[in-house]
Amino acid sequence: MSERLERGLGVLRAEMDKKVMSFFSSCVRCGVCAESCLFYTETNDPRYTPIYKTEPMRKLWMNEYSFWGKLKSALGISESLTEADLADWEELVYDGCSMCGRCSMVCPLGVDISMVIFKVKHALAVAGFSPEGLVGATQRAVDIGSPMGITMTTVNAMIKHVEEDTGLKIPMDVEGAEYMALLSSNEIALYPEYLESLAKIFDHAGISWTLSSDAFEATNSGLQIGNKKIAGQLVQRVVDGAEKLKVKTVISPECGHAYTALRWEGPNFIGKAYPFRVVHILELLDELTTKGILKTTGIETDRLTFHDPCSIVRRGGIQSQPRNLLAPITENFVEMTDHGSMNWCCGGGGGVSSNERAEALKLTVFNRKKSQIEELEVDAVVTACSNCRMVMEDGLESNELDIPVLGLTEMIAEHLAPKTAG
Amino acid sequence: MIKSLIDGPLWYFSLAVFCIGVLWQLARIVFTAGKTDLSVARGSAGSGAWRNIFTRFLPRKEIAPQIGIQIVAGYMFHLGLFALLFFAAPHVLFLEEHILGFGWTAMPHWAFIVASQFAFLGLIILWLRRMLNSVGRLISTLDDHIAAILTFIVMLTGCFALLKGFSELRLLHRFTVELLLIYFPFSCLMHAFTFIPSRAFTGAWFGRRGIDA
Repeated sequence: MSERLERGLGVLRAEMDKKVMSFFSSCVRCGVCAESCLFYTETNDPRYTPIYKTEPMRKLWMNEYSFWGKLKSALGISESLTEADLADWEELVYDGCSMCGRCSMVCPLGVDISMVIFKVKHALAVAGFSPEGLVGATQRAVDIGSPMGITMTTVNAMIKHVEEDTGLKIPMDVEGAEYMALLSSNEIALYPEYLESLAKIFDHAGISWTLSSDAFEATNSGLQIGNKKIAGQLVQRVVDGAEKLKVKTVISPECGHAYTALRWEGPNFIGKAYPFRVVHILELLDELTTKGILKTTGIETDRLTFHDPCSIVRRGGIQSQPRNLLAPITENFVEMTDHGSMNWCCGGGGGVSSNERAEALKLTVFNRKKSQIEELEVDAVVTACSNCRMVMEDGLESNELDIPVLGLTEMIAEHLAPKTAG
Repeated sequence: MIKSLIDGPLWYFSLAVFCIGVLWQLARIVFTAGKTDLSVARGSAGSGAWRNIFTRFLPRKEIAPQIGIQIVAGYMFHLGLFALLFFAAPHVLFLEEHILGFGWTAMPHWAFIVASQFAFLGLIILWLRRMLNSVGRLISTLDDHIAAILTFIVMLTGCFALLKGFSELRLLHRFTVELLLIYFPFSCLMHAFTFIPSRAFTGAWFGRRGIDA
């Protein structure tokens, strides 16, 4: 047995907990999950059936944890998991799954298929079966601190521009600030208006906040590639930064997987609870609005819809907040046919958008989102994840559709009531 | 001799394998290590678990039109089988005399016919879909086919036994039931029990994150 196969099997065995045991023991291979997965519905390729993507884990369960597997093993006729199995599943798991979790919502037996796919991904990553693009991004995240190779020099340049444009000071490394904001790579490289919006909103709300020069990056390539150890290292940087500045709350940016990594999986990755609270920016904005600290004015007359980012809504539980925030500033808001926790993914989550090899497939599966948007005949799409935003902008442009995609935080910032009015 | 074997030792053996096997499989799930979630919960894991155990009996409306066949056939089979298992007159009598010591009103003959037709039709449709659909063909295992065929044979022999009333048919039915009981704990048929922890674990996960599931 090769060393890399041994590593992969080691992870699969370590991940075989009571949940996985109950999942494989109850799955009747009905195939219902296929109809929930846009990689299947848009390609009609049965290999993209979600439960099929868990096959390496199921095979291990069958061989080592089931009666028949043990019997076959005793008779010397079992079909062991091979290196070729892992290699074969790399494309299915990395290119053909955005970890959107829609399959986990529909399984009649309650199998959290997405969770098991992540475990397979973890095994593949540790065994060295991951796409080049993601490996490179992860290496940069470990070495430089950002998957896009963004350094503090770049962040400082952005801060300078934002300060010039807004006339507001961006607080950096302020010890004892109440909130510490994080940025995703996309928000630094593509959407600097996010930081500008934060500056305006926090100035309006009069709350103390800061960025950390040690921990400005929220993107967690470790989660995207499926390597829990690296994911933990990247989370630890944020934890160290927050502890150093003694902040009470860390704000996850408009980035789905960053929120998952920090809010939900982070404590498990590093093996301890945080001494601070983590909120997604939408949660914070909703809280501030509810308390009357944040006041908006003006109404968008355009026909708008909201794209629910999977990691924030379906796997993160932030469903009402974006709608609460949109309601007072829109008069022509429409929901997509399937929205909220059953919304369709943009197709670029789970590291797919960072995986150049998956580009063609990503555009194919984007057809589902394209149909949802076209059906509504909207003037613009609002979302709250920089990755979804980038994927949808690319997809709409590739389909020659001139529909802007807006960030919700940015919209709120544009509708802030004048301070004197408050 | 065969009759005494099927009605005697084989019956007790199969019943023992079934009971011990099912309990063993459930105990393995319960006693296998789980991981404590260190993140701060937003909602209740307990209520999420309970909710998910029941809500998953119904398909989500967003996907129901695409899985209409599975829904209809699935309900036909499971409800039909449930009615046959617990309300067919010979079963009620058997449970009263040999296992429970008390009985209940059995369903009338016409209801038995309807229930058996539902169960047969549902099972056949589900199996045909498994064989004819590209997804079903790809993901199905030998276990799925054995379980479906065994269940079909048990139902078929049961119906023959009741409708024809020959003791040989009753004996054949009982023999196939014994085979099913022995196979049950080591097969996908275990989903009749393990769907509960499976739904509960996932529901708890959704519940603590405050997800609308």
